[in-house]
Amino acid sequence: MADTTVAVPPEAHGHRPPHLQHHFVTSEQQFEAAKQGMWLFLITEILLFSGMFVAYTVYRVWHPEVFAHVSELLDWRLGLLNTIVLLTSSLTVALSIHFAQQDKQRQMLICLVLTILCAGIFMLVKYIEYTGKFEHGIFPGAGYAPHGVGGGHDYADYDVAYAPQFFSIYFVMTGIHGFHVLVGMGIFTWLITRVVRGHFSSAYYTPVELTGLFWHLVDIIWIFLFPLLYLI
Amino acid sequence: MESATQPAGVAPQAAEAPPSGTPNYLTHERGLWSWLTTRDHKRIGILYACSLATFFLVGGVLALLVRLELLTPGETIMGADAYNQTFTLHAIVMVFLFLIPGIPAIFGNFVLPIHIGAVDVAFPRLNLASWYVFMTGAACAIGGILVGGVDTGWTFYTPYSSQGTNAVLFMTTAVFIAGFAGIFTGINFIVTVHKMRAPGMTWNRLPLFVWAIYATAIVQVLATPVIGITMVLLFLEKFIQIGIFDPALGGDPVLFQHFFWFYSHPAVYIMILPAMGIISELMGTFSRQKVAGYTFIALSSVAIAFLGFLVWGHHMFVSGQSPLSSIIFSMLTFLIGIPTGIKVFNWVTTMYRGSVWLQTPMLYALMFLFLFTIGGFTGIMVGVLSVDVHLHDTYFIVAHFHYVMMGGTVIALLGGLHYWWPKATGKMYNEPAGKVAAALIFVGFNLTFFTQFILGSRGMPRRYYDYADLLDRHPEFLGLHQASTVGSWILALGLFLILFYMLWSLFKGKPAPKNPWGAVTLEWTHTTTPPGPHNFDRTPLVTRGPYDFHLADDVFGPLHTGDGAGDGTAQG
Repeated sequence: MADTTVAVPPEAHGHRPPHLQHHFVTSEQQFEAAKQGMWLFLITEILLFSGMFVAYTVYRVWHPEVFAHVSELLDWRLGLLNTIVLLTSSLTVALSIHFAQQDKQRQMLICLVLTILCAGIFMLVKYIEYTGKFEHGIFPGAGYAPHGVGGGHDYADYDVAYAPQFFSIYFVMTGIHGFHVLVGMGIFTWLITRVVRGHFSSAYYTPVELTGLFWHLVDIIWIFLFPLLYLI
Repeated sequence: MESATQPAGVAPQAAEAPPSGTPNYLTHERGLWSWLTTRDHKRIGILYACSLATFFLVGGVLALLVRLELLTPGETIMGADAYNQTFTLHAIVMVFLFLIPGIPAIFGNFVLPIHIGAVDVAFPRLNLASWYVFMTGAACAIGGILVGGVDTGWTFYTPYSSQGTNAVLFMTTAVFIAGFAGIFTGINFIVTVHKMRAPGMTWNRLPLFVWAIYATAIVQVLATPVIGITMVLLFLEKFIQIGIFDPALGGDPVLFQHFFWFYSHPAVYIMILPAMGIISELMGTFSRQKVAGYTFIALSSVAIAFLGFLVWGHHMFVSGQSPLSSIIFSMLTFLIGIPTGIKVFNWVTTMYRGSVWLQTPMLYALMFLFLFTIGGFTGIMVGVLSVDVHLHDTYFIVAHFHYVMMGGTVIALLGGLHYWWPKATGKMYNEPAGKVAAALIFVGFNLTFFTQFILGSRGMPRRYYDYADLLDRHPEFLGLHQASTVGSWILALGLFLILFYMLWSLFKGKPAPKNPWGAVTLEWTHTTTPPGPHNFDRTPLVTRGPYDFHLADDVFGPLHTGDGAGDGTAQG
């Protein structure tokens, strides 16, 4: 079925760059494979969140007035701020990749640091939002007991049937999303330790690229979450 | 054993062992640590084989206990609660810890890179990680057993599951974690097939096993996250009562069923597609002929993968979904029979005018044709709405899915086990013992499960602890249950026999020749037995298809070291 000799590029024996793993023939093959793998993983993440989007859609279709009413309790200005913050962080991570491709180590590092800062601001805003809800007795699930007055709302108005479902979905969706933001912050921190040790260059910056792809997914999930939960 | 037609001067295959001292993948590194930190896809396949064999044994013992309880009406060996936990655990272990990782984790890992002429998978470290993640999920399931077990059925329908014991939290976590292992494996195989094929290995020259694993990997990547989020939501439903699935809290229990089956139906195609891939290989090799309808078989795997996502509602015909939904799901379910039938017809055609060699792997392939066809037909039967209304949740359904999952996947797995055993271990198993075990399994399986078709069609419900109340109007249930239980003992005997002679062969088996079956895919023609750590001496350059038997004979000399059947021409 097969002959047994084949020409291989010079990279395959002799000079192999340190990052080139032994089961790959060329750096390009390794990079392409890594990106494909990450894209496939991102598809699984989209499907994971899809389950929650379906739950949201189903309950919204069943109880549209309740969902429209109860979502007033979410402050769209904080949501908008978070949207801008995440979009900015996607910009900074794209820039860091751009600088990696140009061997500009310092700028790459700065952009990665800015990305983590943006992510931190996002989590801070979410913390403010969550504690604001808890103060007024709004918890996911069985603990839902809205009370008090604040921000122009009388919370007792929102103690209606199927309101708990809205907030269960809100907390689960933003909670799982927030978990992904935290994981991203951790990965970016690890990346920065490698940047300062000089692991990345225009010849090899795969981990930066892959983390960037992950981060863009985290961003785009939020782009869908924001209008569905806050605006309508 | 040399073929009578072997040209003079060509060294017989049996003597073509590598020079003594050349390490193979088993011997080049030794010690437990070298196994636990391996990146070698072959060793990872062996790790999975050992784990999955253990879980199959556990799940099998649980099945024997279930059948033993049903040997007599009333309590036989356990009370009702223990019985519910036993059948639940049997299914959880068999489905999530054996069948779903199953053939891809063992044979996909071992064989697929070699089939495409690669040194390893695209992500060897991720491959090892998948095994550890899988074992972590399994440990979580064991935790669930230790804190009291679940009695919900493996389907975890709410609100019973969300209102029950804390063991549900362990089981949902276990399924979530184990699901990641499947996702990692799926991602690995897709990228491997895309990026690691040897020069000349075009898509049309891939062995059909590779097509099958590839289609399976697509399903794994797309479907598994849905069970992941379902398990998260069920966990939260139990833990903090989020009220999505529990009607007492405003939730919808049928929504859980939609979520659950949206994954669990494609999951059964994760189980069967790789099995069909093995059957393609066995049919070709043991008929000594090109597999008929290569393109149809390859594309039918993709078709089944796609259609599999559209039929989940056929598990919910009596759950209260709209008649229109039921009609649509029913029609789509019929459609899946078409690509499946195409495969069966092509396998039968592969044997026509071939040189059929009835060694143990081929016996399993033939058993598959018979048993899986029964399973598939009965699936179409219960896809008919008017029929399913009567047969849903009866033993008919139990028999149907055991015919496809056990009569299909497990039989194909056993065929692959016997086929690739010489390659993986360098030893031959005892062939007469193989035939005896296959016969015991065939008889035992049919006695166990055909009786269940009869039980179900006469109204015996599934998951029932006791049938004493039914004996007035159905006195035949007693004999049928007893026959089914005796069948389970014969089946178990056959399986234990396999375990015994396989382990025996590791210590006392004859050394295997390089290519005992005269097969022509790359693992048989271009690697040593067992393979070296990097599979190939040099990267193969592929210039022909995967099943060109008589062409391969011209190049390599007759490869058939068996009984001499066939003289290398297409007519045998």
